Amino acid sequence: MTAHREQPAGRLGGSTLFWLQALLIFNTVLMLYPIMVMVFSAFRSTRQIYSSSFGLPDFTNFANFQRILADTEFLQYLANSVIVTGGAVIGFLTFGTMAAYALARYQFRAGPLILLVFLAGLMVPLKLAVIPLFVQLKAFGLIDTRLGLIGLYTAMGLPSTVFIMTGFLRTLPRDLEDSARIDGASEPRIMWSIMLPLTRPALVIAAIYNAVPTWNDFFFPLVFIHTDDRKTLPQGLTTFMGEFSTDWGALFAGLTLSALPITLVYILLSRQFISGMTSGALK
Amino acid sequence: MATSSMRRARMMRRLWIAALVAPGLLVMTFFVFVPIASALAYSVFEWEGLQRGAFVGLANFATVLFSEPYGSWTWNAFRHNVIVFVTIMVVQNGTAFLLAYALFCQPWGHRFHQVTVFVPVILSTVIVGFLWKLFYNPFGLVNQLLRAIGLDSLAIPWLGEPTTALGALIFANTWHFIGFPTLIYLAGMQRIPRDLIDAARMDGAGNWSLIRRIIWPLVAPATTVVFVLTFIGSFNWFEMPFIMAGLDGSPFGATDVLGLYFYRTAFGNQSSSLGDFGLGSALAVLIFGFVLVMATAWTLYLRRREIEF
Repeated sequence: MTAHREQPAGRLGGSTLFWLQALLIFNTVLMLYPIMVMVFSAFRSTRQIYSSSFGLPDFTNFANFQRILADTEFLQYLANSVIVTGGAVIGFLTFGTMAAYALARYQFRAGPLILLVFLAGLMVPLKLAVIPLFVQLKAFGLIDTRLGLIGLYTAMGLPSTVFIMTGFLRTLPRDLEDSARIDGASEPRIMWSIMLPLTRPALVIAAIYNAVPTWNDFFFPLVFIHTDDRKTLPQGLTTFMGEFSTDWGALFAGLTLSALPITLVYILLSRQFISGMTSGALK
Repeated sequence: MATSSMRRARMMRRLWIAALVAPGLLVMTFFVFVPIASALAYSVFEWEGLQRGAFVGLANFATVLFSEPYGSWTWNAFRHNVIVFVTIMVVQNGTAFLLAYALFCQPWGHRFHQVTVFVPVILSTVIVGFLWKLFYNPFGLVNQLLRAIGLDSLAIPWLGEPTTALGALIFANTWHFIGFPTLIYLAGMQRIPRDLIDAARMDGAGNWSLIRRIIWPLVAPATTVVFVLTFIGSFNWFEMPFIMAGLDGSPFGATDVLGLYFYRTAFGNQSSSLGDFGLGSALAVLIFGFVLVMATAWTLYLRRREIEF
């Protein structure tokens, strides 16, 4: 009976299962074929792409990739994206976990109100406040800086991080910290050495849930960043898509290179990605 | 002595809690709460570039809603958002429900299909937008495929025709995001108690009546989430039309939506107009108010049809 969970949903007729299977295969082809054409086209010349996108290309022809790497700031854009996303992940995980720890493990009067304040951030489409954000960042000298983006993405990641971490920290048993307290451990020490090591799975969920939209974001860099060597990858992509507009081989190579980092991470961590990115929507 | 040391311990505890909570609250205040409150304030002033001018009351709202040419631009964009929302809701989310049911029945290879349906979701909209822009080009993949199967008459410039441009954008958007509602529906189906489904099967329920009588009513919470997220996403639609159709919603405004229109009004476009922060803020407040009221109403309405189990 324990294997019950792994059983398919009831006894399905063979023909039903066949059609559902066909639907899934059709969908997978639809999902993967455009990506395959993108990668294959990155190895073709523009003339070859115009005449036909079908068939196997010459996979030893790296001319398009070389052109992208030599003539554009691709590596700089990539580095900027890593800096901005990395900074934001550190920011919202650190501040979010600190706040969540206080809200989950201590009783204090302002606690419920502070939790509500954080959660209110979940409902705000910040895009629509872009004008005052622009004015404010300008006044503080944060416009056209990576630090400004890091701060903004930290703020955007905080509500869901506080939500996920508070929920998780509340489930940890009280006895752990009580016995440490009796042994005379200080509060910061209890938090750092006893409680935080247990929160790893929730940290991964919160990190992925917010890191993916941060990595992919285009809107805020579009408004805030103007200097070419501070642009993030999605924004930089629009720059060289404009430059190479008729050189399709280079365009497909640029798209392929831009899609590569997150796709590789997804292939390695697909289960964590799926549960991380859908977790915010469920519960 | 004992009381003063206790007082000190209480003081330390307060400081410790404050130190934990303060950085997060400060970041949220600076980057979220102050800008949102300012957006409301900005909309009732006149603006000259970055300089705030005179208080004008609701004049900016009246302008974007009723005075020409803003009035017809606003309605044209709004109408497109409604079309986008309804189409995505029916086509994308309907298909997502079917795909989720197929995954739920666990045919051979279902784990693989679950991973592939989510691949486009993780890519940046900029990548997906450019990719499909190249595919929709008169000489691109879509028309090459159509010619290959003998449908030469359908090989048209999909993004160049006012009648097909918005549909082409919606299709690309569906390709991009369909994995998301699919996996939300799948998670909803996996929460249904097995006994209910087994009992229905035992009573000889076929696929159709199983879906209609058991699965559809019991995934109501997932439907609520999908519906509300689709609504919010459709009315904040920006990246996809910006990349594929440009800031003016070409051709001839056929793909103009509120997000593009707001951006153009606030920051101007390269060719013609300068930005106007007053009118832009009024639009932002209107869009925000509309989405907030409607999303709350939909949520309350849809929650009522959720069943506890």
